[in-house]
Amino acid sequence: MADQITLEVARYRPGLDTEPVMQSYQVPLREHWAILDGLTYIKDHLDGTLSFRWSCRMGICGSCGMTVNGDPQLTCATFLTDYAPGPVRVEPLRNFPVVRDLVVDIGDFMEKLPTVKPWMIRDVDSPVEEGEYLQTPEELDEYKQFSMCINCMLCYSACPVYALDPSFVGPAAIALAQRYNLDSRDEGAADRDDVLTSPEGIWACTFVGECSAACPKDVDPAAAIQRYKLTAATQAVKNFLLPRGAR
Amino acid sequence: MTTRRPPAPEPFLWLLFSAGGMIAALFVPVLLFLFGVAFPLDWLTPPDHAHLLAVLRNPITRLVLFGLCALALFHWAHRFRYTLYDGLQLKRFSVPIILFCYGGAVVGSIISAYLLLRV
Repeated sequence: MADQITLEVARYRPGLDTEPVMQSYQVPLREHWAILDGLTYIKDHLDGTLSFRWSCRMGICGSCGMTVNGDPQLTCATFLTDYAPGPVRVEPLRNFPVVRDLVVDIGDFMEKLPTVKPWMIRDVDSPVEEGEYLQTPEELDEYKQFSMCINCMLCYSACPVYALDPSFVGPAAIALAQRYNLDSRDEGAADRDDVLTSPEGIWACTFVGECSAACPKDVDPAAAIQRYKLTAATQAVKNFLLPRGAR
Repeated sequence: MTTRRPPAPEPFLWLLFSAGGMIAALFVPVLLFLFGVAFPLDWLTPPDHAHLLAVLRNPITRLVLFGLCALALFHWAHRFRYTLYDGLQLKRFSVPIILFCYGGAVVGSIISAYLLLRV
């Protein structure tokens, strides 16, 4: 195994660069080094001006998503040796405006996320003295997969619909809405319905499925969206056919 | 239930699309295998003409085949609409695209009904 690997890193320095340029760095190729370790090596030893986001280094914070050789990846969970002998191309997440180097502006997602109300909604909160809201393992299984989302936005970066139409609510936000819709303790499905069934919601999705392929936590946002399409379509048929009281 | 918008066509079009994809995936390969491969190559003995005609004239057969044709056409219409929107990025022509796709599916369904009733 060679002891070095080339990282081709996208640089964009506002005020200096008019558009992103690629810059190559030689970093040590070590067996347990992730792409993120390579970037940290660059920052510590080669070029302190390189900017990128990271936090936990263990695939749970969702900060270090970047485009690695064309695919959206968590750079802490993607290993240099898998790309040997290189070079490895590291670019910012696609479909988001670049702030600097590998840092993207996630404002659009942060604005969309609360619109689907991804939190527990109760019609009436039961008093604390009554204890927890109990749930069976089967009820947990209904939503558990969707609760694994870490908001890393790789799905937005992979989604060709979001690339064409940034008004699309998007895979993670819809999956997180379903995480609560499918929770037996939640009563907020009707509150989320307007956003989810808007033209920018589930109906904008054409089920390309790239979101689920990109997801590092196996959330399967595409399945969440298709499931809600069926729920919403069933409700639309009921609204159309049944009198108001019977819905 | 909160206040709802007036019924938009999208859920209904999606249901037709979805049903069309399902029914086409289940029936078309079987029909193609039987009538396109197995009978012409004599892998299976085809039913005689009078028998087949009797089966085809049964109202249930006509209904099933009509359902297959119409739903598969609506499946095509929905998919082709979004192929033109996203693949060729022609969303600005959405009105003629919608008329062409779903109108085509309606016309195709009428033709299939006519052909099925004529046999």
